[in-house]
Amino acid sequence: MFPAPIPTRHRLRRALYGVAVALLLVVWMLPLAAIALTSLRPLDDLVRGNFWGWPSEWRLVANYGTVLGQSRIGQFILNSFLITIPAVAGTVLLSSMAGFALAKHTFPGNRLLLATFVAGNLVPFQVLMIPVRDLMIALRLYDTRFALILFHMAFQTGFCTLFMRNFIRELPDSVLDAARVEGASELRIFWSVVLPLVRPALAAVSVLIFTFVWNDYFWSLVLVQSDAIRPLTAGLQALRGMWQTSWQLVSAAAIVAAMPPVAMFFLLQKHLVASLASSATRRLPG
Amino acid sequence: MTLAHATPTATGKRRARRVASRHAGWSTVVLLAPASLLFAVFVVYPIAASLRLSLHDWDGIGVPVFVGLANYRELLADPVFWTAIANNVRWLAGYLVAPVAGFALAVFLSQPLPGMRGVRTLFFLPFVLSQVVVGLVFAWFFHARYGLFHTLLAWAGVGHVSPMDSETWSIYTMIVAGLWPQTAYCMILYLTGLASLPGGIVDSARVDGARGSQLLRHVVLPELRPVHFIVAMVCAVAALRSFDYVMIMTLGGPFNRSTVLAFYMVEQTFVGLRYGYGAAIATVLLVMMSGIIFALLWRLLRDEPVR
Repeated sequence: MFPAPIPTRHRLRRALYGVAVALLLVVWMLPLAAIALTSLRPLDDLVRGNFWGWPSEWRLVANYGTVLGQSRIGQFILNSFLITIPAVAGTVLLSSMAGFALAKHTFPGNRLLLATFVAGNLVPFQVLMIPVRDLMIALRLYDTRFALILFHMAFQTGFCTLFMRNFIRELPDSVLDAARVEGASELRIFWSVVLPLVRPALAAVSVLIFTFVWNDYFWSLVLVQSDAIRPLTAGLQALRGMWQTSWQLVSAAAIVAAMPPVAMFFLLQKHLVASLASSATRRLPG
Repeated sequence: MTLAHATPTATGKRRARRVASRHAGWSTVVLLAPASLLFAVFVVYPIAASLRLSLHDWDGIGVPVFVGLANYRELLADPVFWTAIANNVRWLAGYLVAPVAGFALAVFLSQPLPGMRGVRTLFFLPFVLSQVVVGLVFAWFFHARYGLFHTLLAWAGVGHVSPMDSETWSIYTMIVAGLWPQTAYCMILYLTGLASLPGGIVDSARVDGARGSQLLRHVVLPELRPVHFIVAMVCAVAALRSFDYVMIMTLGGPFNRSTVLAFYMVEQTFVGLRYGYGAAIATVLLVMMSGIIFALLWRLLRDEPVR
């Protein structure tokens, strides 16, 4: 393997390596640590210039209480979930269906369709912005959750279809043919044979799409304008406008906003890493 | 599920092959229709509509007026447009740091020691944060009065600095912010690449006497070529997509000095109420991106045997 592992007998080198890793980790996390520390300070500290020293007072409950209790952040978090969960579920279902057809059905234009999905997914958002906004207004979906759900579903389906198709391609044809011989329809095969067999891929792609949709900021600005609908990313920026220089509150809100994807990440990191890996090497496990 | 476990008999196999050759039919249409329809309406049609709109003058309310290539001609003479292009190029160049740093981190963190799994996870963390949060974190880091950056420079004896308000430096504060999660992303791609290196190749090179940098240059780096390609692509796409950081950190300021195409497009459309001009800027961005799109498609289709 590369790089060569440090042999067990080199105690000193191992210890030095541990110290170096720890130091690097501190530097790497410094920006995050800074904001976490700020979120625990009283405003006085900032006014008096105590930005990096020990907080004069720990204001964990006070600051986070203000953020959670006296702002609409709870509403924004709920909105984000109400948008992200249906969008992920819809994307995964539609793209598995399309991925199955593209992987296992022969028809003219198969590769052209696949190429269209992939290319569309790489297009800059700004090229879509004006027409998508007009469409949503025309469909009377502008400033509703459905505008964001529908758009995210459509856009993420591009990437997701390629991913699912590559995974489904690896399934042996004999399994599908056996089901066909027994007279199962293609839709039945999709539901009862293909989906259960690609469950790891479904988990992986769900985590990935969850982070993409949850972290989206651009479309939340373009398709939504009322607080009752606004997801957390756009809501956070609105709160920042409200609190101005009260950085201890802005910091606390940022920490709160980062929690769900981070929690999701720690819970499902194995799947996330696996899915990123397979999108990189294109050779899928399983 | 019983169907999945059914073993086809010899005759079954023969019949199945006949079935298989015919199975593209209405079921294919049903499977493809929802995804294709949604994609056509919300991705493919908007691209065409946007290209068309770029040939018009429109304030977003009245009737669009056809003006031919006037928007594009105006762009060529627009100094802010050229600043935006230059900044996009700076962003692309700046993001070259991510693959290098990501690879170095991956090699450094690959040691199979206890606890390293958790450490690698922590290094990857910035990637799952939203760009809004990363932007806020770095807006704080570079803050004119309170920022750690300011404090560090003060210790080093450098006087008052405020990089986000600087005409020269503001663009780089955002590139640095973006590099944090981008490096994490590259690192994870290289970590998995290193882990899936065929062990035999590295070992036999070692037996042949290859060491350290030699091994790296002649064996490891060439073996990782598919990973280099994907890493380069994701970095280029991310660099051209940069919008969130500008929105959170500098709003393109001061005096439009840190604007990028993606941000300038939105500004012209919603603030300037020049939808056609905005669409023309978006077209330029699409053209810049199309090089990457074609490279990826070419790679994808080349490696695919026709079924």
